[in-house]
Amino acid sequence: MAQLFHRGANNIAKASMVLVIILGGLVFFAYTQISRSSYLTNRYLEKQQPVQFSHKHHVGDDGIDCRYCHTSVETAASAGIPPTQTCMNCHNQLWADTPYLEPVRASYRDNEPILWERVHDLPGYAYFNHSIHVAKGVGCSTCHGQIDEMPAVYQENTLQMEWCLACHKNPEAFIRPKSEIYNMDWRDSDLTADERKSLGEEYRLRSRELLTSCSTCHR
Amino acid sequence: MQDVNDIVRKIDPPMVEGDHDYGTVTDKISDITLKKRTPFGWFIGFAIAFLTAQLLLLTTLYLVTTGVGVFANNQPVAWAFPIINFVWWIGIGHAGTLISAILLLLNQKWRTSINRFAEAMTLFAVACAGLFPILHTGRPWLAYWLLPYPNTMGMWPQFRSPLMWDVFAVSTYATVSLLFWYVGLIPDIATLRDRAKNKFFRYIYGLLSWGWRGSARHWHRYEIAYLLLAGLSTPLVLSVHSIVSLDFSVAQLPGWHATIFPPYFVAGAIFAGFAMVLILTIPLRVWYNMKDLITDRHLIYMGKVMLATGLIVCYGYAMEAFFAWYSAAEYEVYMMYNRMFEGPYWWSYWLLILCNGISIQFLWFKRFRESPFWLFVISVVVSVGMWLERFVIIVTSLQRDFLPSSWGMYAPTIFDWTMYIGTIGFFFALIFLFVRFLPVISIFEVRTLLPQAKVEHHGDDDHGHSHGGGGVVQS
Repeated sequence: MAQLFHRGANNIAKASMVLVIILGGLVFFAYTQISRSSYLTNRYLEKQQPVQFSHKHHVGDDGIDCRYCHTSVETAASAGIPPTQTCMNCHNQLWADTPYLEPVRASYRDNEPILWERVHDLPGYAYFNHSIHVAKGVGCSTCHGQIDEMPAVYQENTLQMEWCLACHKNPEAFIRPKSEIYNMDWRDSDLTADERKSLGEEYRLRSRELLTSCSTCHR
Repeated sequence: MQDVNDIVRKIDPPMVEGDHDYGTVTDKISDITLKKRTPFGWFIGFAIAFLTAQLLLLTTLYLVTTGVGVFANNQPVAWAFPIINFVWWIGIGHAGTLISAILLLLNQKWRTSINRFAEAMTLFAVACAGLFPILHTGRPWLAYWLLPYPNTMGMWPQFRSPLMWDVFAVSTYATVSLLFWYVGLIPDIATLRDRAKNKFFRYIYGLLSWGWRGSARHWHRYEIAYLLLAGLSTPLVLSVHSIVSLDFSVAQLPGWHATIFPPYFVAGAIFAGFAMVLILTIPLRVWYNMKDLITDRHLIYMGKVMLATGLIVCYGYAMEAFFAWYSAAEYEVYMMYNRMFEGPYWWSYWLLILCNGISIQFLWFKRFRESPFWLFVISVVVSVGMWLERFVIIVTSLQRDFLPSSWGMYAPTIFDWTMYIGTIGFFFALIFLFVRFLPVISIFEVRTLLPQAKVEHHGDDDHGHSHGGGGVVQS
């Protein structure tokens, strides 16, 4: 009776054992990369808005403070999207005729809000509050990046839970003085470790246990 | 001379009865898979089991499209059917590991003709058990969250929770059981490969036997691997159900928080497992005419194991009641009183005592021990009893919370039942497939039990298989 399998089948069997381990390792590595990729997180993805609004121009060139438009950032969960009236404070005088701004004028005329595209979209089960982060010394650019250099705003960070926890586990590494919250050029290296520690005490940051407790963010 | 032999036979009856030699044993077992026409009864049995298994499929479908509300688990009885059934199935699995590992290490030769399908039973029982933790959340596609892996949530499972230990205990158990079963099968699959006429099956068995040629080197490695796996499985017999019991005893709930739980659960698991092995063995040896390989002696031994482990379990029941009284803790005393007499589920406790405590007392008597019929009946009763045990422990402890305002009742929904019955169908469907496609009894190990194996023997062994196993060295 002829052999069922060729002699080489033994080598294939042996090689398959090694291959399974290598392939498994590769799949695992691919998983760790793909699950954090911008393909899944929308990180660095520039959203096209109904009006070609440039943060780079308004913040970077004109030097308008964040709070001029995002008025509730210090007092409420949401930083607030400005009403068209805020735009028209300036634009009823400046560039009042440019076709670019026709959607803004139309919105103002018809009393219909502009439908901005949301860039930072946290899932509904995550409770997030801007005011507490500002109050405890987390600056805008820590999470949002250098908005003053973004013509179209994109998501600077992954917004994944591990990213949130990186700070919640060790908030001292990311805080800054109250006066620097809206400073787009602030670097974390602007303070020494000791200065951060005393700053953390000044802010009376809660314990790591509380900051990483489930119900702090999932209520 | 004849008289002496008769006496020896009486004291130590042979493990293999009838006039068997290497060839006939091999023929007999492999013919079930290869030559004999599939008995009509097999189709009937498989069809019933397979259709029952569809209940599991349909319930799962309904569960994932609707949500966990289809089950009756709710406060205060938040743990109910899923964990009852999980523990029941896991327990059943234990006999297989005990038979294959501990009895091997203890050199109990009678394990040889029952270990193969006891191991298969273990695997299938663990498969059924594993379904419950995965499905009871209603979102089985997220079951991988149970595992520690570097996820984007920056989260690890709660390593301080016994439920987490369960994940490791059960998955280790499943892996080692599968390996043990499969490694033991390899020489027999090679026999099937060599004997199969059908080209397709020859190819499949050929793939599964990994190029086994029965050389001395193969046997040498096989023996070492098998012994190592037996050593690995042995602690698992004790650890898996101990950890399952910690799911309860780590909690501070009256009725759960008892130190006796681990040994008591392990004994219960082996008890339930042997009951299931008997339920499977008794019809199998009749239908496939294998009374010469699975002798009455095997059944008697298993009956004795059942009696011994059953008595340990009864000791556990007695101690539970004693601890409650001796603790003088108001809540413990009340829980036990509620469980036994006053509560709405008092009947389940006494039914449990009847099934697990009273029924096994018959095994003291030779008449019942030696009757396959009674052994079968007692095994079925014990299986019901072991299910009731988990029901009593879980439901009666939870249903009276500490505050009377939180008291509640539990009644399973139809879907709790269909899911449970579905897994029973699934289990038997797998058993039927196993009986049809793989050797139900370890061919080469049974050969070592034959008188021939005791003699140095040259030559005529079929298909290149040598008389390996059991410490017989190839000459």
